[in-house]
Amino acid sequence: MSTERVERIEEQNIIEQVARSLGTKNFGDVMVVGGGISGIQAALDLGTAGFKVYLVDTAPTIGGHMAQLDKTFPTNDCSMCIESPKFVECNRHPNIEIVSYTEVHSVEGEAGDFKVTLFRKPRYINESKCTGCTVCVEYCPVKYPDQFNQDISNNKAIHIYFAQAIPLKPYIDESCLYLKEGKCQICKGVCKNDAIDLNQKGEMVEVKVGAIILAPGYVPFDPKLREDYGYGKFENVVTSMDYERLLCATGPYEGEILRATDKKHPHNIAWIHCVGSRQVIPGGNSYCSAVCCTYTQKQVILTKDHDADARCTIFHNDIRSYGKDFERFYQRAENLPGIRFIRSYVSIGKEIPESKNVTIRYSTPDDGVKEEEFDMVVLSVGLNPPHDFKNFADRFGIKLNAHGFCETNPFNPMETTRPGIFVSGAFQGPMDIPESVVTASGAGSQCGELLNYRRGNLARERVYPPERDVSQEEPRIGVYVCHCGANIGRIVDVPGTVEYAKTLPNVVHAEENLFICSTEAAAMLAKDIQERELNRVIVAACTPRTHEPLFRDTLREAGINQYYYDMANIREHCSWVHSKEKEAATQKSKDIIRMSVARAIHLEPLQEFDLPVDKRAVVVGGGVAGMTSALSIANQGHEVHLVEKEKELGGIARRIHYTLEGMDVQAYLRDLIRKVYQHPLVHVYTGATIPEATGYVGNFTTKVKFDRRVIEIKHGATIIATGAEVYKPTEYLYGEDDRVMTHLELEERITKGDEKVINAGSIAMIQCVGCRQEDRNYCSRICCSESIKNALKLKEINPEMDIYIFFRDVRSYGFKEDYYREAASKDVRFIRYEPDNKPQVEAVQEDGRSFLRITATDPVLGKKLEIDADALALAAAVIPAADRKEISGLFKVSLGPDEFFQEAHVKLRPVDFGAEGVYLCGIAHYPKLISETVSQAYGAAGRALTLLANDTVVASGSVCAVNERMCMGCGACVTACTYGAIELRDTKQGKKAGVIPVLCKGDGLCNTKCPTGAIQLKHYTDEELLNQIDARFKESFV
Amino acid sequence: MSAEAKFTPKMIGIICNWCCYGGADLCGVSRFQYPPYIRLIRVMCSARVDMKHIFRAFLNGADAMFVGGCHLDDCHYITHGNYEAISMVQLCRKLLEHIGINPKRLRIEWVSAGEGIRFANIMNEFGAEIEKMGPLGKAEGISEAELKSGLEEVTRLIPYIKLAKRDKLALHIRDNHEAYNDLYTSDEIDELLREVPSYYIDPEKCQACMTCARRCPVEAIISAKGQVHVIEQEKCVKCGTCFEACPPRFSAIRKIVGEPVPPPLPEGERTVVRKSKEKEVG
Repeated sequence: MSTERVERIEEQNIIEQVARSLGTKNFGDVMVVGGGISGIQAALDLGTAGFKVYLVDTAPTIGGHMAQLDKTFPTNDCSMCIESPKFVECNRHPNIEIVSYTEVHSVEGEAGDFKVTLFRKPRYINESKCTGCTVCVEYCPVKYPDQFNQDISNNKAIHIYFAQAIPLKPYIDESCLYLKEGKCQICKGVCKNDAIDLNQKGEMVEVKVGAIILAPGYVPFDPKLREDYGYGKFENVVTSMDYERLLCATGPYEGEILRATDKKHPHNIAWIHCVGSRQVIPGGNSYCSAVCCTYTQKQVILTKDHDADARCTIFHNDIRSYGKDFERFYQRAENLPGIRFIRSYVSIGKEIPESKNVTIRYSTPDDGVKEEEFDMVVLSVGLNPPHDFKNFADRFGIKLNAHGFCETNPFNPMETTRPGIFVSGAFQGPMDIPESVVTASGAGSQCGELLNYRRGNLARERVYPPERDVSQEEPRIGVYVCHCGANIGRIVDVPGTVEYAKTLPNVVHAEENLFICSTEAAAMLAKDIQERELNRVIVAACTPRTHEPLFRDTLREAGINQYYYDMANIREHCSWVHSKEKEAATQKSKDIIRMSVARAIHLEPLQEFDLPVDKRAVVVGGGVAGMTSALSIANQGHEVHLVEKEKELGGIARRIHYTLEGMDVQAYLRDLIRKVYQHPLVHVYTGATIPEATGYVGNFTTKVKFDRRVIEIKHGATIIATGAEVYKPTEYLYGEDDRVMTHLELEERITKGDEKVINAGSIAMIQCVGCRQEDRNYCSRICCSESIKNALKLKEINPEMDIYIFFRDVRSYGFKEDYYREAASKDVRFIRYEPDNKPQVEAVQEDGRSFLRITATDPVLGKKLEIDADALALAAAVIPAADRKEISGLFKVSLGPDEFFQEAHVKLRPVDFGAEGVYLCGIAHYPKLISETVSQAYGAAGRALTLLANDTVVASGSVCAVNERMCMGCGACVTACTYGAIELRDTKQGKKAGVIPVLCKGDGLCNTKCPTGAIQLKHYTDEELLNQIDARFKESFV
Repeated sequence: MSAEAKFTPKMIGIICNWCCYGGADLCGVSRFQYPPYIRLIRVMCSARVDMKHIFRAFLNGADAMFVGGCHLDDCHYITHGNYEAISMVQLCRKLLEHIGINPKRLRIEWVSAGEGIRFANIMNEFGAEIEKMGPLGKAEGISEAELKSGLEEVTRLIPYIKLAKRDKLALHIRDNHEAYNDLYTSDEIDELLREVPSYYIDPEKCQACMTCARRCPVEAIISAKGQVHVIEQEKCVKCGTCFEACPPRFSAIRKIVGEPVPPPLPEGERTVVRKSKEKEVG
């Protein structure tokens, strides 16, 4: 080795040592400010992609608003259940440091080198001494409104924020008697560990990082500030956030919906939409809060779950079901019995003194103005910018928009006005959970671009204790039955199930738990495994598809092989699907646990192995989505092969010229295409097809055919960005009369300066053409904005033009509402129609004039309206791409009910596919605007980096093995395995099959081909499965 | 009638992790309801479901069984194992029919992870069908003993059936999924079960070389040095490995179809007369 090289290595070592020592001294790569779901996602992505992350939250724990929600739309997943595993993941992540109960004081420096000063508020608890036993909470005499429960119930001055909190340690808030008046100190007396320090002071801490992600979220609109809703005055008027807590099993009344006044169940509940949103009055917000329509529907569905006879009335404006699967969700709510959706402005009337019921005044076309009494009124409040947003922005040196949210670049919504500082989640503007997650991954990817040079320098790997060898021991099984709040406990007799589990063979311990997924429970579980010397663990709770990794990890932490774990799904497969048959559900839970025990007895310890990751990526689709993610990946040092089927890059954006905000799309696109072609790591194939794609995560092989040749690309990750198409209308004279066009065609004609369009006296537009109907039961999301955009453009060119927009609901969600208002103020006429009474269009010749006559019925007045227009633009649906099935088959990814690509999890894995190593972005996922596509494209890149940044990916230990004695050498397994993982080998006893474990994918097809059962898939052996089958029917199965 | 209305079927399903299990999860998440008498077992691919599992379920008294996988061509694995699963299930249905069990008690269905409602519909509809059909065996009018012996017999023959139908079991009929419905005929099954072979070691020819015994995958051959080997017919899975393994110069193993197997030599009379020695004597 040359001296120069030795010196270089030494230098490297010194740098690493310094970095490591600095690592413990407040030196990191990225600071994420805000520990809600968006911040959590950003931290996890970056931590896994090799960066040291500080996750800072002002609250005593991470979790944000998502932790307060009962369920999430449109799947009604239990919010805490899907979020809390992420808390645990953050907490255990070797590259994430959670800094809770901390404010950012100031930020100095520049991109790559920020110095952030934090103020750690005093918890008055010495966290290293506190065991979290909560004896102090029991003894604390001060009752104080519980913030987590929206002040509906009380907590103590010293308390843990919520049961799944991270860290799971109490804190003392300002209501403490000692802090206020120097009295009490009882907590100090009862603490056995001397962990309470009432003299603790806050401290300033400096942290150096290279980049910052702002994810402070939102605060719910506070209707108390205005007196018109009676909130704070009439006790039975609550906000939707209050109602979330009322619905929730961990809420103030343990999941009972009760009225504040008499603690009785309300049976007649009203919701009022747009509280604090879409209002241009003092104390209101002009924008649409984007999530309230759908969360209200969720609350209605859940209310009916709680009380099948409840009557629910929703007073609404437009119903904005613009997201994926929202339209069906709306229909589901609407079709429940006892539900009324009433389109009306309302005002709160009075409180009835005797009943404390509240009246609402509203009007309907049939009955005029009415006043009706309700047991409870829920205000669907909107989303405000985060608390003290002006100061917040000043501290970070960023600009805000007119609404107090972060000012961002429409072509890159994660970019703030200060380089090196990015933004994700609802601080960008009102958005739902998947968008918060997408933008988090996207902001993460951009931090990765900025800091790629230092990736891995501060990162550490997770270390587990050595595994205890239990193979010689009798099975000692522990069974943990989860209440899941009330999700299981309300239906299944959990204590009875626990008692039953104790009677099962080899079960040495069984117990119940309110939330077995909480950090506290996980720690308890790990301790239990060691103390009770368990060598098998069964958790009877929810689905292994989401929670198995969490518990397997707990086993590893406890020094037990993770394959000694089994999950009994008594929630998705039991309590939720048999909610009206409590006894049968309890019996089923017992059976499921018995089957699980039967399986667990035969479980074997398995070893996982590391597969190398090919560092290259393939991006399928060269539109804005594909190009953006390709560039972001390439900017992080990875080779990218970009495959486009058309002759040119650009996709559907080639037909878009300006955005609602007035940005020049073509200039942006030209710049993007230039960057793609100029990037040394991006290889572009146009006019290309993919005849074959094989492989698995980290090791894909894709054939690309172009210019009459076929090349083979090896790569570790794949991004599907294949776009979508525009519906070609068959209605409203489209294709018969050239004055009828789609909105994209209108835009092209406006841009070209087509006289017939820009000089028209009047132009009509019809919304929802080809979707929101039986065969395409979804909203195309972008069309309302498109029509408003074109209307404004036409008004700008020709202010005299009459423009009429025939709509069903104007879905100008978020800040787009401002443009809707602008259009209305410029006399663009919005005319509503009902789906069963669509407008009629005819070509008319009259008085020597030729025009299109649109006839519609005004649903309020019931009167026929005739509009004569020179041109008609149709808001044609966005439909799935023609090649979707082909792509779905090639890459083993699934399509949803509307045949857009189906993400792995609607809420928390919005750009992942179920197939590992394959990611999704753009309108292949669902129709969306360019800015949203860009967010998702960065998001997919960020997710891909969590794979590509690592050298190896862990492959399952569940692979096949051959018992040679039983193998007859027939070769049936060899033929069946298309992965080529089995070969016939010559032995003294003739040919015998042998498995190449790294190639085995664990599907188990070969097992069923084998006549003698010689080849067995580990973890799914015949012994395990047959025992499980026996146990389904028999009490004794050993 | 009222007694029949009270019949609660015992049902079991084995379903694939990627699609059907996900569909069942989504069904739960969406709170779609279905009857509580079905229990599910998770495997990674519907192709992991073995004939053994199916017959074991019925031997345990299952009134119905369900195999759930991804839609055809949507398999998570490049093996497209669900094509093989459907072929296997169709074969099993025919075998059930052969032994007098209503083949409608066994179903295979495709449910994607996005089809919660489809999962609920299938469970409700299948449950209703079985409730109407009645309990296993009783509804068919066959005795418990008959049922048991039929199922046990088929279980014992699974290795043979897998070998005999190896090609058909591996068929991927991509362009015509309907073709699986008629893939196996009743006559074919009759013939399959009529022509079950037995293997027999001719005591005259066996030279006690132990080759067959070492190769037998189920250790069904009683062997000792200098002792004529004997196949234990109850243990034999009829795979024919011994038949192939017996050195041609001995050709001691006979394949017998359609006639009874001669009884083995009584213990104590199995000493081999060496061919070579015979010659010397002669």
